[in-house]
Amino acid sequence: MLAVAEDAGGAGSTRPWIRPTNMEEQYPQPILDLMGWDAEAWRVAGPPQYPCLIDERHQVSALYGLVNVPTAVWIDEEGRIVRPPEPAGVTEVFKHLDLATFSMPPDAVAAGVRNRNRYLAAVRDWVRRGPESPAVLPPDEVLRRMGRGARWGDPARAVAHFRVAEALYRRKDPEAAQIHFVEAARRWPENWAYQRQARQLADPSTVGELDAGPDFWRSVEQRGEGSFYPPVDLG
Amino acid sequence: MVVITYGDVEVEVEGDRWRDGDLWLPIEGLPSAIGWDVRPEGVCAGETCVPLPPGATWWDDEHFDVSAFARHIGLAEAADAERGVVAYVVPSEGGAGPGSLEAPDFTLPDLDGNLHSLSDHRGEKVVLLTWASF
Repeated sequence: MLAVAEDAGGAGSTRPWIRPTNMEEQYPQPILDLMGWDAEAWRVAGPPQYPCLIDERHQVSALYGLVNVPTAVWIDEEGRIVRPPEPAGVTEVFKHLDLATFSMPPDAVAAGVRNRNRYLAAVRDWVRRGPESPAVLPPDEVLRRMGRGARWGDPARAVAHFRVAEALYRRKDPEAAQIHFVEAARRWPENWAYQRQARQLADPSTVGELDAGPDFWRSVEQRGEGSFYPPVDLG
Repeated sequence: MVVITYGDVEVEVEGDRWRDGDLWLPIEGLPSAIGWDVRPEGVCAGETCVPLPPGATWWDDEHFDVSAFARHIGLAEAADAERGVVAYVVPSEGGAGPGSLEAPDFTLPDLDGNLHSLSDHRGEKVVLLTWASF
C-alpha cells in the first residue's frame, strides 16, 4: 500500500487524518459514516504501517489522470497497472444524506460499508492470488478503461494553473493562489479534486476540513447523477 | 526573480523579463531552468534538438522567449507575471493518464520529509491510494 494525499494544504492539512485522535468527539456520526471511520478497525490496525506521502501539487493526479479522491490503482510486481484508477471502495452514498437533519438512512450507511468491505476483500484476494484474482483485468481492458470517459476542457492548462496556484499558496499568498485554483477547476470541469481543493482553501477556517458546505452540494446537484464516484466493476 | 515549475521540477531563476505576456530568461540560465539550451542546431535537451523555425524571434543577445518555445513544442503554460510564478506542463502530466500499462513513477515526501518513489516498491504489489483532507 502506498497512500498519497493529493492535498495542497500539505502536512498541516493531512497529518490529523493520517494520525487521527478523538475522531468520535470531533465529527458527527454521519460524517464518520461518510468517511468509513471504524474505531475498532483503527484500534487494531492503525496507525498506518505503509508510506503516507504528501502530494501538494497533485502530481500523481496529473500523471494518472485522476479526477477525484479517494482513488486506487493496482500495480503488480513488475510495475504494470492491473486495475486502472477507480473510486476506492466509495460510492455516492453521501447523496442520501438529509441536509436538514444531517442524518443518513441506516440502509444507506450499511450499503456504503458493504461496498467498502467488498473492495477491501478484492484487494486482499489479489494480494494472496496475484494474477489469478478475478479482479485483475486483462491488459486490453485496463487500457480501455484508462482511455474511456470524456475529457472536455483543457486539462493540461488546468494542471499548469494548479501548479501556479500551489506555488503561490505555499508562498503564503492564498488570495492570488485562489485565482489560479479556480481557473484550474474551470478549465477541467470533470476534475472534482481541483474543485474541492479550491473551495477548501478559499477560506482559512476550512483548510484541512471536509468540503461539505452548500457550494459542494450545489455542485453535485448541478453535475447530475453518477459522475462523482462512478460504480466499480470488480468482476 | 521568477519561480518556474517545469514538469516535476521547481526552480527560482534570476534575470527574468516579461514582454507581451511572454517570459524571457537569460540564455545561459536556460539549462538549469527548463533543461533546454540554445545550440547552433536548435534548442536542445540532451540529444534531442528542436530546430528553430525560420523567422523565429525567440531570443536577443541575452534572453530567450521561453513562452514562445513552450508553445512551439506543445507545453501548457500558466503564469502569474505580477508575482513571478510560471508553470509548464509536459504532455505526460497533461491529465490524460498513462498511455500504457506501465505505472508512471513519482517521488514524494512523507510527513517527516523522507522521500519515497513508486519504483522503490518494484517487486511488490502496490495499491496506490490517493486521498485528501477535502
